[in-house]
Amino acid sequence: MSAGSATATLTLAQHLPVLQVVVPLLAAPLCVLLGSRKLVWPLAFIASAITFLIATLLLMKVLDGSVISYHIGGWAPPLGIEYRIDAANAFVLFLVSGISTIVLLYAREYVAAIIPPASQLLFYACFLLCLTGLLGVAATGDAFNTFVFLEISSLSTYVLIAMGAGRDKRALTAAFDYLIMGTIGATFFVIGIGLLYMATGTLNMADLSDRISDMGDNRTVRAAFAFIVVGMGLKVAIYPLHLWLPNAYTHAPSVVTAFLAATATKVAIYVLMRFMFSVFQPGFVFETYTLEFVILPFAILAMFAASIVAVFQTNLKRMLAYSSIAQIGYMLLGISFITKTGLTAAIIHLFNHGITKGALFMAVGAYVLRTGNSFLDRLEGLGKAMPWTSAAFVIGGLSLIGVPGTAGFISKWVLITAAIEKGWWLVAVLIVASSLLAVIYIWKVIEVLYMREVPDGAHHQEVPGSMLVPIWILALSSIYFGFDTSLTMSAANTAADSLLSGF
Amino acid sequence: MASGFTWDFIVGHLNYWMFIVLMMTGFYIVVARGNLVKKIAGLNIFQTSVFMLYISIGKVTGGTAPIFPADMNIDPETVYSNPVPHVLILTAIVVGVATTALGLALIVRIREEYDTIEEDVILEAERKIAAKENRAYGDAMGGRA
Repeated sequence: MSAGSATATLTLAQHLPVLQVVVPLLAAPLCVLLGSRKLVWPLAFIASAITFLIATLLLMKVLDGSVISYHIGGWAPPLGIEYRIDAANAFVLFLVSGISTIVLLYAREYVAAIIPPASQLLFYACFLLCLTGLLGVAATGDAFNTFVFLEISSLSTYVLIAMGAGRDKRALTAAFDYLIMGTIGATFFVIGIGLLYMATGTLNMADLSDRISDMGDNRTVRAAFAFIVVGMGLKVAIYPLHLWLPNAYTHAPSVVTAFLAATATKVAIYVLMRFMFSVFQPGFVFETYTLEFVILPFAILAMFAASIVAVFQTNLKRMLAYSSIAQIGYMLLGISFITKTGLTAAIIHLFNHGITKGALFMAVGAYVLRTGNSFLDRLEGLGKAMPWTSAAFVIGGLSLIGVPGTAGFISKWVLITAAIEKGWWLVAVLIVASSLLAVIYIWKVIEVLYMREVPDGAHHQEVPGSMLVPIWILALSSIYFGFDTSLTMSAANTAADSLLSGF
Repeated sequence: MASGFTWDFIVGHLNYWMFIVLMMTGFYIVVARGNLVKKIAGLNIFQTSVFMLYISIGKVTGGTAPIFPADMNIDPETVYSNPVPHVLILTAIVVGVATTALGLALIVRIREEYDTIEEDVILEAERKIAAKENRAYGDAMGGRA
């Protein structure tokens, strides 16, 4: 698989890891240069579809536990930048590029209706840049490269969120707040990498991992770990660092919310896992303490506090935003077990929650398009007026709760298994109890949709098929992955193995 | 770990102390100032402090600029500074410039919509919008918008 030898002729297949990132990166400026609102959507969609194809090919190649190492420009690591694809990041790449392709399918009608015509080209350009950043973060095996791609995705995210300003001016302040917090997070992350470089003299993750484990306990490495966890924690929206998330998700255009909720926080969690388990070995005592006494309590707090706040929301979008914070709690809980099963649970929930939340936020977008906003009492009786959207919403809601037969059930099942394996019965009970809170808020929505009369004078139509198809693709896949777990389970298992085995 | 806070230790790490001071100054401005432009300025100082950290890492005692002579006649005795952190920080500077530009652009748009760049005035305006939404949509659900 090595592309190191300069004389070797390289086939296209060997360049897949980098093409993954280069295709959307090149397509983004093309979107603007093309200057045509008719052509920009096909271009963006094709670029995203290509990345999805590449991600699928890569995932198939590494599912057996092998690793693809790609050397950028033929410079061999640790000096050169390495793209390192194993099951863990191939799975994340698969999720990100898949969601982006489906969301773009949905975006055509939505963007034409919501985004001002002058900004539409820029919207697609920013969307592709965001995709580039997220894929780059997942694909790279170089710590500093992670930071660069993280900032590419973050900067374009701020712009995408601010594009909600046409509908609600609070999108601007939400984007500004996110910019401040996101930049603080990214700067913390880069300080952490600087400290690691200071201690080890390398930036390649595999090399870092070796040298850190040789070094033993070291105060610089500890400080680096703390900076990286807090910095990434801001991007992940770990419970006390989540303050940017509700406003950003609520005021961003729904298509952006669907994309971000399903991918951005997930990629940040992947980075957190990569650093916690591969770069820093779990044997690193300081890390064990951090996970057990900091991450675990906050994860459980997030599961309850954010769910309870979600119950009392009257804005559907804000409700789902708080629910996202709670769901991130489940993933962090899986990570904090520091066992293989726990990590598998985190990875599988990362994927299942991605498709579920994508479907839910896209359904909310359909309501917003028809009713003007996402307050619950605007949705009264829409179950009859918009049957397809509402049915998909119900499926997504069931998966969010974790009803058997949906993807959400599988991830919670694995998570509870992991808790029991560790002998933490109380935690297992808490997982079930917090899932019951999701029943309350999802039921509130179902009641409004199906059991209220349509208000007088309101007359809403179902959204067009081009929006229904992507919603249903995700809704059906959240059922499919609830029955056929062969792909998700084997990918998550292999991913957990490769994360835990270091490099 | 450090062999006590000797005078040599304190003076020898002057640039690291400055990094911490700059970092905390910037961070404090971001948190404490209500003016959005000042927040961005604080953020800039915060990011700049990291540049200082990286450049300090790259310094090798007695090292010269890491540029080989044109005739490639390299004296093995010459000590060079580590160029990698410099290159990294060039990238980080670009990121910082982009962040500042985007932040300022957002402030321009916020000023257009809210007619102010003071955080407390903006928060007050947003509270009013939320209260209005509560009256309009919140009653039906018996909750708060």
